[in-house]
Amino acid sequence: MYEKDGERYFIVDEHIHFWDGTPANQANRYGEGFLNCFYDYHRNLSPEEHRWDLEHFQKQSEEDLMRDLFEEGHVDKAVFQPTYLTDFFVNGFNTTEQDGALAEKHPDRFIVNGSFDPRDGELGLEKLSELAERWNLRGVKLYTAEWKGGSKGWKLSDPWAYRYLEKCQELGIRNIHVHKGPTIYPLNRDAFDVADVDDAASAFPELNFVVEHVGLPRLEDFCWIATQEPNVYGGLAVAMPFMHTRPRYFAQIIGELLYWLNEDRVLFASDYAIWTPGWLVESFVDFQIPEDMAGEYGQLTTDVKRKVLGLNAARLYDIEVPEGLGLQVPRQRETGPVVGAERNEEVLR
Amino acid sequence: MSVTVPEAALEAAVWRALGAVRDPELDEPVTDLGFVASATVSASGRVDVDLRLPTYFCAPNFAFMMVADAHDALRALPGAVEVRVRLLDHFASAEINAGVTSGEGFSAAFPGLAEGELEELRRVFRRKTHAACQEVVARRLLADGAVPEALASLTLGSVRGLVPRRDLDRLRHRRAELGLPTGPGAALLVDDGGRPLPPEEIPTRLRLARTTRISIEGNAGLCRGLLRTRYGEGEAP
Repeated sequence: MYEKDGERYFIVDEHIHFWDGTPANQANRYGEGFLNCFYDYHRNLSPEEHRWDLEHFQKQSEEDLMRDLFEEGHVDKAVFQPTYLTDFFVNGFNTTEQDGALAEKHPDRFIVNGSFDPRDGELGLEKLSELAERWNLRGVKLYTAEWKGGSKGWKLSDPWAYRYLEKCQELGIRNIHVHKGPTIYPLNRDAFDVADVDDAASAFPELNFVVEHVGLPRLEDFCWIATQEPNVYGGLAVAMPFMHTRPRYFAQIIGELLYWLNEDRVLFASDYAIWTPGWLVESFVDFQIPEDMAGEYGQLTTDVKRKVLGLNAARLYDIEVPEGLGLQVPRQRETGPVVGAERNEEVLR
Repeated sequence: MSVTVPEAALEAAVWRALGAVRDPELDEPVTDLGFVASATVSASGRVDVDLRLPTYFCAPNFAFMMVADAHDALRALPGAVEVRVRLLDHFASAEINAGVTSGEGFSAAFPGLAEGELEELRRVFRRKTHAACQEVVARRLLADGAVPEALASLTLGSVRGLVPRRDLDRLRHRRAELGLPTGPGAALLVDDGGRPLPPEEIPTRLRLARTTRISIEGNAGLCRGLLRTRYGEGEAP
């Protein structure tokens, strides 16, 4: 919970990691390159006082994570998103099991998400059932561009992907987090392309599709899909830290998202340990659309901030919001969106 | 290739040629983005260019396009007897450099890992940058009081003097790359296939194009920042 100027905010960080990127776990130059690439994101977009040295960035202890998230980070609940990358890291970069071990020690703090790869066929379906039962999965994180044997990635619209999504429905896994790019293969397509999310979201209206990094660097493609599919959400991991380095650009991103999607489908995320949530939460609560852009984008009300910082994700994951931390103006949606002046009805034709 | 060009003149021509090579996603010259790590010419007409990118994992398809485009642009220069373009510090440097040098194309550079060449991908991004350039011109006209629907009756020729020359030239250039009409009588606002936009579609099309532009500009800013973090504050030579 975060409190500022008498306003209280319930915080759900919908995208965190507990990884091992140490040299000992790096399987090859790809693993090293991957970790260093993350580190450059961290160094480039973090305020100086929140920059770590490389060694600390490679691996965080349990104490580090608990402090960074819950003591200093204002987070009430955090969602683990696994990133296996077993081709790059000996024991995987960040597996469900690594996350789950920590979650079991602090059961009121974490939600553990799993993953699947439709190219694993029947066997993978069984494994998904086991994983779901073991960790009580309500969400999965998917990497569609991952290379596997002779395959150069997959699409959410593939027949086997549909079978897995059907399985998710059956198992009570409702939230499908999709990570697009930056991955290696396939080489000749655009790894960031989000078109397949459109098909899957239409075919599975009861599932929620959370596009991580709000589709960046293809913001417009993501917005276009999300406008047409009410069950598509945008996760703000990677976009949040622009508040510090490029506040006007962040204002444009959040303004565009609220315009095309509305404030109920945008979710706060730190992408810990690339960034720590504390300064992101504090900056977002202080953030406002600059005056000269307010005509286009409106202003961010405290209730919009409450939704983005926690209430939207709480809804997706059935997280109980403590008394007094809900919306100031209940059922605000029915009275019309606060930000994003007009709805774009013509695109829905 | 027997034309002899003075070293200084060749060097200037090399930089001009590189200035016309754009990042297909960011729609800016590789020279402005700081992607040229070094460019040298020798008295014998040998040209050596090193390129660098913001991250080790920048998409190899776009990287390949930039290296190949730079290679083609430099080889076309009179006096460039031998051209070598190298991509540095990238996970696929070896494959890309060898593929571009051999001239056998993208698929051959990544046997078994790519399906087909990159032309369709390039077209997708040319359409995006064209829409973004169109929006820049339209935005100026709207700021000066035009209503969106009225833009349907305008031509490229009719807005000369009403919008910055640079923006209009840029729009024409992007349109030519798509093989669309660029003459003064051509409609100002067209779709990807060159069909003039009907008045009722204009507001939504421009709104989406604006999101495209914001996405491209934002991405370019991020890439500049990451390049600085990776290589230090110093500007490219």
